[in-house]
Amino acid sequence: MKKLVAPILAGLMIFSAACAKEKPATPSTDAPSTQTETETPESEESKTDKSEEKTSAADTSEAKESETDKSEAKDSEKSEEKESKTEKPEESSKSEEKSEEKSEEKAEAKSEEVEAAEITLWTHPIGAWKDAETVDGFIAKFNEKYPDIKVKVEYLDYQSGDDQVTAAIEAGTTPDLIMEGPERLVSNWGAKGKMVDLKDLWTEEATKDIEATSSAVVNACRWTDGAFYEYPLCMTTHTMAINKELFEKADALKYIDEKTRTWTSEDFEKALKALKEAKVDQSLIVYCGGQGGDQGTRALASNLYGAKFSNAEHSAWTMNSPEGVKAIKKLVEWDKAGLISHDAGIQAADELQLFANGTVAMTLCWNASNEANYASQVEFTPYPVAFPTDQAQPELCGGIWGFGIFDSKDEAKIAAAKKFIQFVSDDEKQGPESIKATGFFPVRKSFGNVYAGTEDEARMATFATFMPFIGDYYNVTPGWAEQRTAWWNMLQQVFGGEDVQKALDKYVEDASAK
Amino acid sequence: MSQSRPLQSRVLRRRETVTSYLFLLPSLLLFITFVLAPMCLALVTSFFNHTMQSFEFVGFANYRELFTDPIFLRSLRNTAVIVVVAVPTVTAFSLWVASAIYQMHPVSRSFFRIVFYLPVVTGTVAVTVVWKWIFNQYYGLLNSSLKSVGAIDQNISWLGDARYALACIILILFTTSIGQPIVLYVAGLGNVDRSLIEAAEVDGATRSQVFWKIKWPSLLPTTIYILVITTINSFQCFALIQLLTSGGPNYSTSTVMYYIYYQVFKLYRYGYANAMGVILAIIIALFSALQFKLARSADAA
Amino acid sequence: MRKSLDKAHPGYRLLCLLLLVLLAIFFIFPLFWIISGSFKSAIEINSTQPTLLPKAFTTLNYEKLFAQPAWLWLLNTVIMAVAAMLITCISASMAGYVLAKKHFFGRKLLFSLFVAAMALPKQVILIPLLREMAFFKLHDNLWAIILPTAAWPFGVFLMKQFSEGIPGEMIEAARIDGASEFKIFSTIVLPILKPGIGALAIFTFIASWNDYFLQLIMINSTKKLTISLGIAKLQAEQSTDFGLIMAGAALAALPIITVFLLFQKYFTQGVTVGAVKG
Repeated sequence: MKKLVAPILAGLMIFSAACAKEKPATPSTDAPSTQTETETPESEESKTDKSEEKTSAADTSEAKESETDKSEAKDSEKSEEKESKTEKPEESSKSEEKSEEKSEEKAEAKSEEVEAAEITLWTHPIGAWKDAETVDGFIAKFNEKYPDIKVKVEYLDYQSGDDQVTAAIEAGTTPDLIMEGPERLVSNWGAKGKMVDLKDLWTEEATKDIEATSSAVVNACRWTDGAFYEYPLCMTTHTMAINKELFEKADALKYIDEKTRTWTSEDFEKALKALKEAKVDQSLIVYCGGQGGDQGTRALASNLYGAKFSNAEHSAWTMNSPEGVKAIKKLVEWDKAGLISHDAGIQAADELQLFANGTVAMTLCWNASNEANYASQVEFTPYPVAFPTDQAQPELCGGIWGFGIFDSKDEAKIAAAKKFIQFVSDDEKQGPESIKATGFFPVRKSFGNVYAGTEDEARMATFATFMPFIGDYYNVTPGWAEQRTAWWNMLQQVFGGEDVQKALDKYVEDASAK
Repeated sequence: MSQSRPLQSRVLRRRETVTSYLFLLPSLLLFITFVLAPMCLALVTSFFNHTMQSFEFVGFANYRELFTDPIFLRSLRNTAVIVVVAVPTVTAFSLWVASAIYQMHPVSRSFFRIVFYLPVVTGTVAVTVVWKWIFNQYYGLLNSSLKSVGAIDQNISWLGDARYALACIILILFTTSIGQPIVLYVAGLGNVDRSLIEAAEVDGATRSQVFWKIKWPSLLPTTIYILVITTINSFQCFALIQLLTSGGPNYSTSTVMYYIYYQVFKLYRYGYANAMGVILAIIIALFSALQFKLARSADAA
Repeated sequence: MRKSLDKAHPGYRLLCLLLLVLLAIFFIFPLFWIISGSFKSAIEINSTQPTLLPKAFTTLNYEKLFAQPAWLWLLNTVIMAVAAMLITCISASMAGYVLAKKHFFGRKLLFSLFVAAMALPKQVILIPLLREMAFFKLHDNLWAIILPTAAWPFGVFLMKQFSEGIPGEMIEAARIDGASEFKIFSTIVLPILKPGIGALAIFTFIASWNDYFLQLIMINSTKKLTISLGIAKLQAEQSTDFGLIMAGAALAALPIITVFLLFQKYFTQGVTVGAVKG
């Protein structure tokens, strides 16, 4: 009996093994990243020639100069690769070689060496960076310059992106490159030691160029340990927008300073009252059904009476200050009076849709990219405006998007990923294109107005007027992720009748738990 | 086997054991690798402060924290509410539907059986998104129909209002859990010994007597099975909550399963989440054991 | 059969029927709403006055859906569900049979272990499971969903329940005739279990189709997404395009409904044999 059973079981196992083997071959599975990632260290190294070691992490600034001449680089690179396959450099001797190599490179500044590598890029939906067509175009251009670096792209969404990255971190299948903002790259993954320090990309020239736009950007990309976990590409300010026609009808437009697109907290309240008198059903919804687009509700709360989310050193959360309490109390009061409403059933996406439908008169989640996205849907004039404040000027939340590199411990991949970042962000021709795709503004002053002469020029000029209002980037305060979930829960509590001071204390406590 | 030949029986028994394990091999292999091993790991990590960066032994600290964590207690209560409401209603309702349709013409019986199974086969995500739309405060169907018949005059944020959110979740859970029990009950009713029923009817038994004295006892095993499955499903209600309310408003729809997810994927506290999972597993196991026990004693009676 | 039916009061029967029809409408409605919504324009969907049928019939949502690799998602899901189904059916029927019909060392313990594991919330083992998949190099691979699904002890439990119904005498008789264990299993046990296996097949198919969360954490690549993940992905942060989501939901629902209709016969038969044996 045993004799008969065993073969079946063996057969079963062979079947499953065969299926397992099949997978790398099938085109749809496109070579699981897990496999390539772990196999490459040796194979890649074995390709490396001792004497002509490729450009690596430490000397990218020199490499940048030599990038200009690419055709020669391509040829020499290929021939070398063939020759060098047999030799295996020792890990320990690598650092020595690097210094040697530097001098060599200066000698023949023309040729630029990039090790062949396959890297993966995950993007969040940032403007057109969510479209394969656009991104593939960029990669094609990148490959003209670096034909040996293959870039594979996956597109995340904000709904499940965080969970997928967490899963990938735990499974060790993180991508090499990821495109997002400092709140994830720096204060979440970077703070947890999962990212590569990008200090060599932050050359003196780049730092100066970016600082010229705003030093807040530089600070946002740098963690408390001094490491840069993000190399930024673009930025924007998040604003509100109003339905201009509705406001006109309610005679509420007069409360907005149309020159600076700002309003005071007092005038804002007057506008709310005017809207109510004009029988506008929904003037503003404080959405709190989740963390989607929560910067909008936070900007509203902090601007009203000049409350700060964190201290200047980004070491503590401070929204339970008297100003913060006053602002939240005001929101609850308006909610009770029917001037605004709250909804724990929706998030920013739903609120934006409602705004686009004309159901609600204002949105808290507006920016240049959203305006472009909704342009075809709206049948009114969305009028961007800053958050109301009783301070001298509003402090708008910035969005700073760029790239980070997950620490795969694979030097070749990290170097290749850095090349990609440099090409996409710093290249004089590609940089502006990359930025235009995001629909936001360059972080580099030297790029000037990338929208000049395009059909977007006028629209972008409007949003450019908000740039001076960009506020402190408190997103890099430790506890950012905890703070996010605590925030919308706190809003739900206070609108549910809980004591504001108590709820805010709890919020601060939750945010600073770890 | 025959007791007079103990030696042979032992040989036979050993052989039986070997063959049995060969038959069990594929299942066991899968079970041990993908259920038992991770389960043990989870149990072990529940005694650690295990996060994305750290892994240190903390003894029972996670468990102690659990019982002082108001959100966990709240989630536990919500879970209990879901189980207490959903399990009896699902069971009773499916029994009623099954007894109403099992005598019907096969075609109409099939029709109803399929209809009640539809929400299950439509797929959790698809069902969830359509309900999300129906419950939408501003352009959802529910508010507009209630408004048009004059039942309400203000739009209600069904999923955003602590008074309704959990009820909405239970309603959707109900529609997606009812299909399998109905199918099982229809089958079970078909298996009831007809001669017994006819004999009882000849003796002038009423309908309810026939049901409780004859049909119910033979449906008992089915009922137990349904109770166990529905209990486990209700305890483990997750996707609905994640896709619809994220546990809100103010944790009023947070279940233990959702809170586990929240701790793992939002706060990266793996050890703490695992401690919760262990507690939940113990509770579910106790429940199931109790139900089985009841079944046995009822069977014996 | 008709007898007991006749005894019921006609008014009661009518009431029952009415109630059933109303309920049926309630249960069909979500699916109807998905299909109807998938043909509506954005304006109609976001209108505060919902319409039952699309006023302006549009296929734009489907065009948008198929601009994504939706067919591939569907194919992935089918591959995943069928593989999980096959492995579960084979391994669980073998295990269930011996657990029910054989007396061997450790049987009780094993069965209790299987049943106890059913109570375990899957979320708890996610992180260890992730590590394991990484170790086997299976993360971001459909096998990472298939194997844990097939390993879930529910199938073994179900098949054990079904196998209880196999008459012991038949097995004994075959054994006396000198049939091998495998022959007994394939010629006697399997035919009896066939309906039960049919039921298990559908259960597993549906369960793996619906296991959104396991899919979410195991799969990253757009090309390997399942249809559930695909739909969830369509809900972006900056807009909620219900029309597009409904088109995705319809695409996800139709194949599984078809499978259900095709196997319905097995399904109901199988359940008949099984569940009544508590």
